[in-house]
Amino acid sequence: MGHNSHEALKYELEIGWLRGMTIPMLSVEAVSHSYGARRALDKVTFDVAPATFAVLLGLNGAGKSTLFALITRLYGTQGGRIRIFDYDVEHASQEALRILGIVFQSRTLDLDLSVIQNLMYHAALHGIRKRDAQTLADEALSRIALSERKHDKVRNLSGGQMRRVEIARALLHRPRLLVLDEPTVGLDINSRADILRHVRQLISEHGIGVLWATHLIDEVADSDHVIVLHQGQVLADGAVSRITGNCGVTNIRDAFTQLTRGDHSIGETG
Amino acid sequence: MNTSVGNRKKVVPVADRRSGFSPQQFAICLKGIVWRESLRFLHQRERFISALVRPLVWLLIFAAGFRQVLGVSIIPPYQTYILYAEYITPGLIAMIQLFNGMQSSLSMVYDREMGNMRTLLVSPFPRWYLLCSKLVAGTAVSLLQVYAFLLIARFWNVEPPATGYLLVLPALVLSGLMLGALGMLISSVVKQLENFAGVMNFVIFPMFFASSALYPLWQVRESSPLLYYVCQFNPFTHAVELIRFALYAQVNWLSLGVVCSCTFLFILGAILAYDPSRGILARRGEAVGAA
Repeated sequence: MGHNSHEALKYELEIGWLRGMTIPMLSVEAVSHSYGARRALDKVTFDVAPATFAVLLGLNGAGKSTLFALITRLYGTQGGRIRIFDYDVEHASQEALRILGIVFQSRTLDLDLSVIQNLMYHAALHGIRKRDAQTLADEALSRIALSERKHDKVRNLSGGQMRRVEIARALLHRPRLLVLDEPTVGLDINSRADILRHVRQLISEHGIGVLWATHLIDEVADSDHVIVLHQGQVLADGAVSRITGNCGVTNIRDAFTQLTRGDHSIGETG
Repeated sequence: MNTSVGNRKKVVPVADRRSGFSPQQFAICLKGIVWRESLRFLHQRERFISALVRPLVWLLIFAAGFRQVLGVSIIPPYQTYILYAEYITPGLIAMIQLFNGMQSSLSMVYDREMGNMRTLLVSPFPRWYLLCSKLVAGTAVSLLQVYAFLLIARFWNVEPPATGYLLVLPALVLSGLMLGALGMLISSVVKQLENFAGVMNFVIFPMFFASSALYPLWQVRESSPLLYYVCQFNPFTHAVELIRFALYAQVNWLSLGVVCSCTFLFILGAILAYDPSRGILARRGEAVGAA
């Protein structure tokens, strides 16, 4: 127990230290990726600062999932560089993956295992001792208000609850950057709002950086950092007010429509 | 000089927690993967039953039917005339492991389509270690099945010497790793779940039938020299022979060598195939979901 509170304190100190600093939590520099002749990403560049909710906004096929596969090192980078905090995903992947929490678009929980078993498996994959893992898992479950479902099979949870478990799992090893690929797909309105609120709360409480990929414009709040990705290219990157200001419109929806209205040279994906 | 600014990027908080893993943590990771595979296996009761029924059908029905047709003379490692059921037991053990290897390859294709595989692949441990742990886990599950089968076979008068049960263990570990690694290699090539029927037709059946599992190779040689050579080059034959000899407390050195080399090659191939920069996954743009 003593060990854990010590670890928790270290974590809090670390996060406090992170808040006051300027190194981006995620830095994507001129990243390009092709599948054969098809160019999925073209010199994509942006940063996510600590304690920021960054929305990666793009339609289906914009290249969001490819970018996620590169950030999580499912694929090797073909061109450009991705760093998580100070670690290059390519050359220091171990350190980079260690401080990264991931929620994939598809469901990745073992349906036949219980909630706690899923969390313990994740902890083992991060080399966390059983005793520590149990404490962390209990904490994580109480945070998402699912403590009493601990021993239930995941199969018996609702879609929204599964998502919450996935988020709890992604945060179990106390990452500094949380990336979520369309986490609200297939959820009802209440669950969606619930999950958004939960993740935003995490930022204000723990100061982690969040990259939230979505095609749903109504998930963007005025205080967010938005990156508009369209056909593999970044069309806009900045605070909502700046993007709308640059486009000369009043809301992000209009800005997005204007930006992605396929004219100019964006469409050369071939 | 303001060194604090210059050094800022280098400062890593709680550095001890962030850099590298201790051997103990490697052990935790391996244990977690084996634990999860075993849990999954135990939860899928039908899988356990079908893994047992398959070889038992061969043993109880096929072997009984062919007892009179196929005479097995005294060949090493046997010291006396044996029943056909006893002859095919090692082949059926290897079949259990072959199916288990292919089944975990099937579940890897499934996991990759569904995304479960990613949970494993985004672990910060080195990828070769994760894949090897998964192999160990799959082999452990196959051992459970094999010993359950051997227990039932004992009631059917398949009674290898008591020491055989213990001595066969290292052979089973090796053959389990080899067939698991082969499955893993295949899983990286098979694009979709539907193609698994192809794996049955082109991998499992040829491997099983063109081997010494059901008939001694000297009999094969008499009927077709070509087939004999095919069987000789089939790694599955050597898995079967390694198990057969070990079960009777002997070592077949040739088979041991072949199984070890094949295990090494298959594992190497699987690691390369799942390597992010070299692997086939990235080139195909697979596993991205809705990309």
